[in-house]
Amino acid sequence: MTQASPKVWLDRQHCRELLHQMIRIRRFEEKCAELYTQEKIRGFLHLYIGEEAVAVGVMQALLPEDAIVATYREHGHALVRGVPAGSIMAEMYGKQEGCSRGRGGSMHLFDAARRFYGGNAIVGGGMPVATGLALADAMMARKQVTACFFGEGAAAEGEFHESMNLAALWRLPVLFVCENNLYAMGTALELSESQTDISAKAAAYNMQAEAVDGMNVVEVEAAARRAVAAIRETGAPYFLECRTYRFRAHSMYDPQLYRDKAEVERWTGRGPIKRFTEWALEAGEIRQADIDEIEKLVAEEVAGAVAFAEAGTFEPVADLARDVGAERRP
Amino acid sequence: MTVMSYRDAVRGAIREAMQSDPRVFLMGEDVGHYGGCYAVSKGLLEEFGPERIRDTPLSESGFTGAGIGAAMGGLRPIVEIMTCNFSLLALDQIMNNAATIRHMSGGQFNVPVVIRMATGGGRQLGAQHSHSLEGWYAHIPGIRVLAPGTVADAGGMLAPALDDPDPVLIFENALLYNDTADVDWPASVDIDHAAVRREGTDISLITYGGSLGKTLAAADQLAAEGISAEVLDLRVLRPLDEDAILATVARTRRCVIVDEGWQSGSISAEIMARIIEKGFWYLDAPLARVCSKEVPIPYAHHLEEAALPSITGIVEACRAVLGR
Ligand SMILES: Cc1ncc(C[n+]2csc(CCOP(=O)(O)OP(=O)(O)O)c2C)c(N)n1
Repeated sequence: MTQASPKVWLDRQHCRELLHQMIRIRRFEEKCAELYTQEKIRGFLHLYIGEEAVAVGVMQALLPEDAIVATYREHGHALVRGVPAGSIMAEMYGKQEGCSRGRGGSMHLFDAARRFYGGNAIVGGGMPVATGLALADAMMARKQVTACFFGEGAAAEGEFHESMNLAALWRLPVLFVCENNLYAMGTALELSESQTDISAKAAAYNMQAEAVDGMNVVEVEAAARRAVAAIRETGAPYFLECRTYRFRAHSMYDPQLYRDKAEVERWTGRGPIKRFTEWALEAGEIRQADIDEIEKLVAEEVAGAVAFAEAGTFEPVADLARDVGAERRP
Repeated sequence: MTVMSYRDAVRGAIREAMQSDPRVFLMGEDVGHYGGCYAVSKGLLEEFGPERIRDTPLSESGFTGAGIGAAMGGLRPIVEIMTCNFSLLALDQIMNNAATIRHMSGGQFNVPVVIRMATGGGRQLGAQHSHSLEGWYAHIPGIRVLAPGTVADAGGMLAPALDDPDPVLIFENALLYNDTADVDWPASVDIDHAAVRREGTDISLITYGGSLGKTLAAADQLAAEGISAEVLDLRVLRPLDEDAILATVARTRRCVIVDEGWQSGSISAEIMARIIEKGFWYLDAPLARVCSKEVPIPYAHHLEEAALPSITGIVEACRAVLGR
């Protein structure tokens, strides 16, 4: 059971859990890429490969009653939050068994039962909504946290600054998580920001802010637990910048002209799964047998998700206009 | 019956909603300490306090989005955007979030937010403060668009809008705030139907919001010339009350549409299209319309007058349709 503890307890079981979650995301995303080339998945597809430690680390600190607002690069967040892999995959197949009935696709995963509020494909667009969810919590005196994930590209948007100011001004329980992977599509951070230290921007709004190594799942989890504990105690927002790197293309349309292979290789060499595995093996927290077991479980889960999506059905066209508005109004 | 202004009616409706439902709150620029840019919320801060009459920074996108989030979180926010001109800075939240989330989430989430804003020209405020964007917003599936043109509607539309599980935009024409009328209070109206404001037999005038008064005045002038005009107030721009539109055209067989929006791609164009699609055989004459001229609304009084629909313009359009 997830505890609202401010500390990370790195026992064997927890190490296994962290690794398991990161490998789930990695293998799921690899399968998505493969299915995209087979044209099973269409539209825009943004993979989270390389950034797994961020979603996995942060999610450890959240409770079921907390809310999550994410971006179009959100498969990993949905998976760790507990949205079934099959319903995510079915969503990308456009099937009605998908978590958004096939209306959303890869960029718009929703799950009310898990308080997963999307999947927003407008850079910065989820930030005001997260602020509002937290406003409702504050006004109704609910001790819940809204975690809002976004890329560093969002820091150039007005909605970023408006949301940061509102959340700090009104002391709203938002955990802002900036996934700084250094590129917004092909635009490097230093080509778009006069101040490249994103956490410094948050601090300028009088918000507690820190930057962590987003390739280190333990460091991310520790920071997230600290942050969430502080939010629960004070009700005020907290900003976490996780410095990370996207190993794959921005989307499946990106020829990656803006960075060289050597740079990518430098980062993959210290990827979050690789680093954590090496450390945990050395520390004796896991054994190779654990890893093999995890890989086996994950392979089964991913295969099951694909089978579920394949077996899914398409929503009848007659339902096209359903849920544009409420069926009945008072 | 109570004599009150359009402004008092909106304020009264906000107050009653806040008294009867603790989930309701008002937020926007200068709604609290200033008393509302049009004095709509004057006195409410003292009555309800700063939590529920919430002054916001100049962050249209931020606080509109926060209203959307708060609505999804269980509250019933009334977001006031000072004027529709500034709503363009919140368009992302309105269009990409409020309007889409129910459908895009497969029906899992809904956004019961009410967004009010002042609209319209006619006060010599120049091109950036005189837009009429209600017809534009009526383009968007997933939101309801209301245009109260009477004091009773100004007071009565808020409660059903707050009851609506989906986003509702209310456009209050700024020229109407000082209008007064003797109304039943509490006002009780629906937000589904158009209303015939004047019955007639020779021609139908279809309009809404700030143009209703001008259109009724034009109908008076036409009556003096022996022309009997029916005036249909749309009240709801999305979804359009197509039955009422077709019914009035079927009765009079002639129609002029009066719309303060620009003509190209306007709500008047949509109404004409529906009449042609479904009421073509009712017609005894080509349709006509009176819209704003296709220019940024100018400051100089005579130019602004020339740019906006006028009583004379409406009368002349009717005469032309009737061949008089
Ligand atoms: C408002 C807006 N502008 C542009 C885009 C197109 N776009 C999609 S993703 C992206 C880059 C965003 O980068 P970042 O926020 O760093 O997130 P990342 O993709 O790296 O996770 C851009 C420009 C968009 N979706 N929304």
